Amino acid sequence: MNSQPKLLTTSGALGAGLRRELQLAVRSPGNTINPLMFFIISVSLFPLGGGSDSVYLSSIAPGVIWVTALLAVMLSMESLFRSDYEDGSLEQLLLSPQPLYFQLLMKVFSHWLVTGLPLVLLAPLLGLMLSLPVQGYLPLVCGLLLGTPTLSLIGAIGMALTVGLSRGGVLLAVLVLPLSIPVLVFGTGVVDAALTGQNFAGLLALLGAILALALSLAPLAIGAALRISVN
Amino acid sequence: MWQWFYKLGSPRHFYDMTTAFLPWLYGITFFLLIVGLVWGLGFAPPDYQMGDNYRIVYIHVPSASIALGGYAMMACMAAMHMIWKIKMADIVAKAIAPVGGMFCALCLFSGSFWGKPTWGTYWVWDARITSTLILLFVYVGVAALRNAFDSENAGSKAASVLTIVGIVNLPIIHYSVNWWNTLHQVGSDLSLQAEGANPPEIWIPAFFMGFALLGIFLLAIILRSRNEILVRERRTQWVQDLLDHDLQEGLQRA
Repeated sequence: MNSQPKLLTTSGALGAGLRRELQLAVRSPGNTINPLMFFIISVSLFPLGGGSDSVYLSSIAPGVIWVTALLAVMLSMESLFRSDYEDGSLEQLLLSPQPLYFQLLMKVFSHWLVTGLPLVLLAPLLGLMLSLPVQGYLPLVCGLLLGTPTLSLIGAIGMALTVGLSRGGVLLAVLVLPLSIPVLVFGTGVVDAALTGQNFAGLLALLGAILALALSLAPLAIGAALRISVN
Repeated sequence: MWQWFYKLGSPRHFYDMTTAFLPWLYGITFFLLIVGLVWGLGFAPPDYQMGDNYRIVYIHVPSASIALGGYAMMACMAAMHMIWKIKMADIVAKAIAPVGGMFCALCLFSGSFWGKPTWGTYWVWDARITSTLILLFVYVGVAALRNAFDSENAGSKAASVLTIVGIVNLPIIHYSVNWWNTLHQVGSDLSLQAEGANPPEIWIPAFFMGFALLGIFLLAIILRSRNEILVRERRTQWVQDLLDHDLQEGLQRA
């Protein structure tokens, strides 16, 4: 009989981790639904607070959708590391022989799948409610598709830094919101360019470049921050 | 020859060296400040377009450079702390965060009071103002994160990570904001041969003021670092001896 435990390959471990994350998301749907509800409710506050004139609404629509998406991503970050930190599985993640870099990428990706992607899919509906002109939908969705993963990665750095603190919530926003400004600027820029009839492919490429940079560097910062927080 | 430089890495030697160096720094800074202020405010000729309003440049421009350079310095210190675990680097980084933030705020306020008479408004959302504002936010974030930790050690490591993330992100923020809106006047040409360059009577006092504000920045950082050294090393013998010595002197004087 072979008493040697079977070693997981890296891809096997990542697959198992992804399954676990998605299973957890399904079993506690509040973590997914609440940021989405926040997104919908706060977008619908703008017509109530600023006036329901459709010309005015369509002029602020890209900015409102992007800013509220950014805030919703920040709010959803709490579920990325908090429960893992409390039940100790974060320590196991850091101690595991699998490469931390890919483990963290997998974690952020699975988190984006259940929080970021639904935001992207909901955005056209909210665009409709804010009378966004028809040529704005494709650039809005493309921009959010490239931009929300970056927001998740930046947010994960902030969450990793504050997960050990009892009142990290507001601090997370103070740390992370200034750093997400480029994504916001280029994301709304994509929609505005499309609405004024310009070519928006270059701006999408910039969003993609920022995503590539975040994909390559953010896991390193998240790992370093988690090691400090878990300690 | 480089030994004095390595010694700066030790809190005790930093303290001793700055004790010897501080009176000189006080003197030089005070001298530069007096010369720069009297010359710049009293004797430099008024600008042919802006009249006397331009004189705020003597505060505004140096504080902007120090706010930016201070962040770069803080990032170097954070990297040194992360890589070589030099305690002194972290002490200096901790000292820079609030001081750099103050210079950022000074730059914004002085710019805003300059903007009112020349542009007709206290605030416009143009690229350079906005990036300075964001730099201020990042400074505040770094200081807030450090203070949020109960453990000194974890707080300083977390602040170091955030500082380094910030230095990667700041150029991107700068370019994105630049792209977003460029209304600000282009930076004035510093070359002295250029057409329309400012006459020496205007830029020489600016030179004095630049170094005077740099002196104030360094003074603030050194004094804050010395305090921090005393707090962190309060249980060591040399700090106890220092305190005893000061106490004896005080008693004798009384």
